[in-house]
Amino acid sequence: MTAHYDQQPILQARSIVKRYGSVTAIDHADLTLYPGEILAVIGDNGAGKSSLIKALSGALIPDEGEILLDGKPVHFNSPMQARELGIETVYQNLAVSPALNIADNLFLGRELRKPGILGSVFRMLDKRAMEERAQAKMQELGLMTIQNISQAVESLSGGQRQGVAVARSALFGSKVVIMDEPTAALGVKESRRVLNLIKEVRDRGLPIILISHNMPHVFEVADRIHIHRLGKCAATITPDSHTMSEAVAIMTGAMEVNSDPVAA
Amino acid sequence: MSAANSKPSVHISDHDKVADQAGSGSYVANFEAKESPLERFKKFLHKYPVAAPTIVLILAIIGFSAIIGDRFLHPFNLSLILQQVTIIGVIGIAQTLIILTAGIDLSVGAIMVLASVVMGRMAIDHGIEAWLALLIGIGVGAITGLINGSLITRFKLPPFIATLGSWNVFFALNLWYSKSETIRSQEIANNAPLLQWLGETVTFFGARLTYGSLLMLALFVLIWYALNWTAWGRHVYATGDDPAAAKLAGIRTDRVLLSVYVLAGIVCAIGAWVLIGRIGSVSPQAGYTTNLDSITAVVIGGCSLFGGRGSIFGTLIGALVVGVFRNGLALAGVDVLWQEFTVGILIIVAVGVDQWIRRGKA
Ligand SMILES: Nc1ncnc2c1ncn2[C@@H]1O[C@H](COP(=O)(O)OP(=O)(O)OP(=O)(O)O)[C@@H](O)[C@H]1O
Ligand SMILES: [Mg+2]
Repeated sequence: MTAHYDQQPILQARSIVKRYGSVTAIDHADLTLYPGEILAVIGDNGAGKSSLIKALSGALIPDEGEILLDGKPVHFNSPMQARELGIETVYQNLAVSPALNIADNLFLGRELRKPGILGSVFRMLDKRAMEERAQAKMQELGLMTIQNISQAVESLSGGQRQGVAVARSALFGSKVVIMDEPTAALGVKESRRVLNLIKEVRDRGLPIILISHNMPHVFEVADRIHIHRLGKCAATITPDSHTMSEAVAIMTGAMEVNSDPVAA
Repeated sequence: MSAANSKPSVHISDHDKVADQAGSGSYVANFEAKESPLERFKKFLHKYPVAAPTIVLILAIIGFSAIIGDRFLHPFNLSLILQQVTIIGVIGIAQTLIILTAGIDLSVGAIMVLASVVMGRMAIDHGIEAWLALLIGIGVGAITGLINGSLITRFKLPPFIATLGSWNVFFALNLWYSKSETIRSQEIANNAPLLQWLGETVTFFGARLTYGSLLMLALFVLIWYALNWTAWGRHVYATGDDPAAAKLAGIRTDRVLLSVYVLAGIVCAIGAWVLIGRIGSVSPQAGYTTNLDSITAVVIGGCSLFGGRGSIFGTLIGALVVGVFRNGLALAGVDVLWQEFTVGILIIVAVGVDQWIRRGKA
């Protein structure tokens, strides 16, 4: 494996708590992400996976606990702060703007401006550059057969929209990429491409947190598997240490785990 | 969708052979080929929101010139229509910005009148230089916009309620500050002619345009540029389209909203200057129909009240549609009440068309 477990973790969540009224979505959850690894997060519906990664990406502010990036505490008040530090997220609900086109969506919040006075004084967008880069990225990812990068996202299929969200994270992620069920709406071929993309991103040295309900996918790409149950981490296993049915048993509470098989 | 998309999809580059065998190249099904002309028209309208009001405008012009004849198409009459829509056009710009964010501003008319009263009293009663009085009036517009924006972003009031309240507050302030008195046109002409400057005209080919109309057109171009060619404009659309998604994409939607309300307040204050130019005097009772007229122009112009959809030039067209119908019906000798009736029908049809278009998407 390419991961480095002896190194300082890139991203760490310690004892995160998040309550929605009387519901405790995250209950003193821990999570550790090492450089160069794919960390899968699995768990039942409502276990708190999305809530946890939202805390890591600035989309929600935890009630308790701390988040460390490269060992230093960080406090995100907005998704932009996390993005500025290189944490890029594909949200489960995709977070794309339906009426905007593909290129606008890819660059939303990080638009490119024309060089020179047009950009600096007149704040003029460099639409051509954004469209070209968007086109290149979508083609490189081969996620979809889209002919027109300036078509509105609402005219795309669900899977194609997912492709847009995935492309955005691959385009901008520089430290950590988080993907919340990126293959949920995808066909067989498109899922395969996203999985290959995830491996490629990992091989480029970027660690990834992947939330998925698809056990074969998880066992294929993950270096480690974080099992989330009832708002906290029930166990962290590897595809070699446990079988799929053991993982599912831990996830549902049918099996207790006594030791953490992974170093550190 | 455009014509290009109705062709069978072309398979773009592919570096994943396994995946290629897993599914066929043209994975996206091509249902589009079977579309009816009506469906295609709907998609066309969806893609070009200005198309529907433009068609209505052209048909109305053709219709009225057929009924009324040359008198309608005379450059003088056309420039009259433009003058008549100038104030609604300017205030419509402010309203468009707000409706694009899925908001609504019921206080635009009150802001305009308040700003005009401030400009007039500053220049006439307090003897402040006219240009400074204008700037103070514009400052008042910005502050009123800031108040609206803060109520909506800080206190999370729905825009309808926030601006319903501020409408009354601003209108009352306006009556108080003006002491319900009108500043006469002659007085302004003698002491602060700059305030009336936008009412002066230039003549092109027999058409007399006021500087106010030209300023309105310039504002449209400026705001069009800001909406379409700057990141801020993209953020305005994204915020109106889906605020949760915009927030997750890292856009500070509250800031965008605040900037929109402040800008709208400033535009309304510019509208105040146009208003003084148009009527010559400063009256605390002027322009009280502007509120609803501006919403009418925006809606007929194809902006969706649900936000994120529409074009600023649609509002210009919408204002012109209203102007053309009013003027045409008046020239045809029809009672004023039928003007109101027609505008009402236009609003209902415009919103109906918007709903129909929005239902059309996959
Ligand atoms: N905005 C919210 N308001 C109230 N409760 C919420 C909210 N978001 C999540 N929850 C609750 O928090 C718990 C965890 O939700 P979360 O979305 O994190 O689960 P998940 O593990 O991602 O599930 P899934 O696999 O279905 O995506 C659930 O009980 C859910 O009802
Ligand atoms: Mg989830």
